[in-house]
Amino acid sequence: MLRFLIGRVLQGFLVLFALYTITFFLAKAMPGEPFTSEKNISAETKANIRKLYGLDKPIWEQYIVYPKNIITEGSFGISTSKGRPVIDIIAQSFPNSLMLGLCALGFAIGIGVPIGILSAVRKNSWIDWSCMAVAMIGICIPSFTIGPLLQIYVAAHIPGLKVAGWGNWEDILLPAFTLGLVSAAYLARLTRGGILEVLSQDFVRTAHAKGVSPTQVILKHTLRGGLLPAVAYLGPAFAALISGSFIVETIFQVPGMGQHFVNAATTRDEFLLLGLSLFFGLLIVVMNLLADLLTGLLDPRMRQSGGTD
Amino acid sequence: MDDASRKGILIMGNSGEPKGLDPHIVSGVLESNIIRSLFEGLVEAHPSKDGIAMPGVAEKWYPVDPARPDEWIFELRKDAQWSDGEPLTAEDFLFSFRRLLTPALASDYSFMLYYIKDAEFYHKSQRSYLLFRKDANFTEDWWSTFKNVDFGPNEKAEENSFNFIGLDKLTLTNLENLLENPSLFLWPKNLSPEIRRSLIMKNLNFEKGDRGQLKKDELKDLWKLIELGATAPDMHTLRVKLNSPIPFLPEITKHYTWYPVPKHIVLKHGTIGERFTSWTKPENLVGNGAFILKSWRFNDHIEVSRNQHYWDKSNVGLNGIRFLPIGNLYTEDRMYFDGQMHVTYSIASELIEYSRKKYPEHVRSELYLGTYFIRTNVSNKPFTDPRVRLAFSYSLNQKSLIDNVLKGGQKPASGLVPPFGNYPASDTVTFDPELARKLLAEAGYPGGKGLPDIEFLTTDKESSKVTAEALQAMWKEHLGATIKIKQMEWTSYITAMFAKDYDLAAGGWIGDYMDPLTFLDMWMKGVGNNRTGWHNEEFEDILGMAAQTGEAAKRYELLAQAEALFLGERPILPVYWYTRNYLLHPDVKGWNPLLLDNHPYKFLRLQPGANNRKD
Repeated sequence: MLRFLIGRVLQGFLVLFALYTITFFLAKAMPGEPFTSEKNISAETKANIRKLYGLDKPIWEQYIVYPKNIITEGSFGISTSKGRPVIDIIAQSFPNSLMLGLCALGFAIGIGVPIGILSAVRKNSWIDWSCMAVAMIGICIPSFTIGPLLQIYVAAHIPGLKVAGWGNWEDILLPAFTLGLVSAAYLARLTRGGILEVLSQDFVRTAHAKGVSPTQVILKHTLRGGLLPAVAYLGPAFAALISGSFIVETIFQVPGMGQHFVNAATTRDEFLLLGLSLFFGLLIVVMNLLADLLTGLLDPRMRQSGGTD
Repeated sequence: MDDASRKGILIMGNSGEPKGLDPHIVSGVLESNIIRSLFEGLVEAHPSKDGIAMPGVAEKWYPVDPARPDEWIFELRKDAQWSDGEPLTAEDFLFSFRRLLTPALASDYSFMLYYIKDAEFYHKSQRSYLLFRKDANFTEDWWSTFKNVDFGPNEKAEENSFNFIGLDKLTLTNLENLLENPSLFLWPKNLSPEIRRSLIMKNLNFEKGDRGQLKKDELKDLWKLIELGATAPDMHTLRVKLNSPIPFLPEITKHYTWYPVPKHIVLKHGTIGERFTSWTKPENLVGNGAFILKSWRFNDHIEVSRNQHYWDKSNVGLNGIRFLPIGNLYTEDRMYFDGQMHVTYSIASELIEYSRKKYPEHVRSELYLGTYFIRTNVSNKPFTDPRVRLAFSYSLNQKSLIDNVLKGGQKPASGLVPPFGNYPASDTVTFDPELARKLLAEAGYPGGKGLPDIEFLTTDKESSKVTAEALQAMWKEHLGATIKIKQMEWTSYITAMFAKDYDLAAGGWIGDYMDPLTFLDMWMKGVGNNRTGWHNEEFEDILGMAAQTGEAAKRYELLAQAEALFLGERPILPVYWYTRNYLLHPDVKGWNPLLLDNHPYKFLRLQPGANNRKD
């Protein structure tokens, strides 16, 4: 187990470094500079700004300095578009994204898993078909359609519910629902598939033959194995949910992290871009690791193979 | 919002999170909106009249010689205070000017102070010029032989070569190396070895002198070499000597680059040339405006409340303002209709008609000091020929574009400078397809035959595409010209335009201050915003004459003459004058149309009325 963990952590570092390298050179390859603006800036001023941000140094030096500063000073640089340290931006926006992501995940699991189980148990009935049809629609309709529809037809008619904004607890409901809907739909389909697979196995037939009640069969014997595909999906999905979404954040005016990804790219804010990419990479690595560990807990077979890996 | 109205708190859409609140660092409209509430300049904008100055920190202001307004006196009010109760004096202004001009601060709006004598030399660190101008041997002729020396950075030179850095920016070590081996710098051929040596020696000796704490690779400050035009004869008087007469100087001082920053606070948190210090953090920020910073939640809101130390506090009508950084137009409009705010930053063009029908008393459509135009690249065929440029201009049906595509109440641009004040607006640019065809035929492309491939560069926004397609159809219909549209993401588009990598390019200009010059001087040779490759000596001569004219009417006449000459050549094709479309709640009183859209907040009032939106 320890060997497995150490191996995965080393792997994680490798992944992050590769991610850094790719992001760094892609950012450098984009046309324009962080301070390209419609109004011309004199050559002297440009030279001053480059010097201020260390962009006047040779490219390989910049490539080395950034990770060096992270390790030695814990500094992810200063955002050129927001004029404040990248670490501050992440610290201020991530808690909001985390909160929104957790609620979205709550919606996703609370809606997706029961629907999936229901569909599997009532396989090929009208309940199954209608549940899966709704799930398919959930996957297909993009959040930039659902969001405004909710604003216009729900928020505007319920007193106390704001169209957009962030401050009171109820402000989280609509964006979390919008954000969680796609995941709920995926979860429903994955749960249904996983449970159906387990239901077809010998030990389930044995349980039925022994006279165990159908509810007990589902809850005790099937659910643990049947949720495996859903759990594997949840790791990266959770990382994606809590790192924010550009679309949901701009529609509902949520001060989260997702919008910074897009804005950093369009404003050529390479320090912010690098900081966010590394942070997001770290989240994915950690969540994948957790998902694997959780799978091991749910499935003894995985535990063994994991241990001897 | 009704609650906010009763509390006297104005809620405004402000399109995005500000880059900061330091008037010397930021350069955007949304930052300016907040900064104007926290700071106040020498004069204040009038709540309903464009181009009129109201007292700000200055009680009185006047040119020393009204016939030649190249030196101004500002008499500061004696009770002026910072929001922490410290007195605000002329010294704060001098400090602020010097800070904005300090090269290490790397402000990109410093050029707004270039009108002041010697300001530009200091900001651009023009060391050689400053060292030589006191030299007895120095004459203008002698100086002009230096014209081709790269004193400043030359981005076209080989990277990190001495020419790339610029002679004026070479460090002590660089200069010592250069003295030993003068060929490290590529000198113009007509410069004798003696002059080269003299240039190196003067720079070297200057850098060698008393260096104090400076590190080896740092440059010495040039402050002692200049005589900045701004001085303080006493604590409450500011004297500003300009490079040339500027009758509209008070208008320029309304810009936030001219605002004072508190010397005692800035220096408490860092040095004059330090950019990232904590003096603008909410707990440290001290200003002199009608409001002070109350709370700032990143990407959520900024709220300001009354400043008890403001000199005119009894006349401030609002208790506070809340700025919301809403980037999504549709979200902003929905929030407005949901009753969450008083003023929007903008309105989505698709929603203009709907809003006009449903909430006619809420929709504002006002002329803005800006022009949308199309740049032509005059170094690329076929736009080398002015007749082709004119033909492309005369074939634009501006009115149809506005009525059928834009629908925002824009005005067809009959000239470059939008109409305002006493300036005689041009009426040269019209829609005349017959004349357009005739001109194109004369240029050798009858019916569009023989035209090379032409690309129309525009941004990747959906609205840019729709506009570009409408223009494309007009050129096809009236000229028989086939144009390809090339959409690029914003920064790439700007970069391509700077590199003159285009044939036709969508563009626009918003005036910085209320004077035609803000639209005209950008077309001179070598000005970075020109980007068309067009220049004209006569045009520059007329602008030069206007710059030396103190008399307002005569000056406008000359500027109009320059505009006429420019439009005769038409390196850009004016399309329309901008409007600002937004939603404003009737509860807000004292908000009047202004061309620069800088509404002085202290004159606003909130009066909760019965005619609220839906409920």
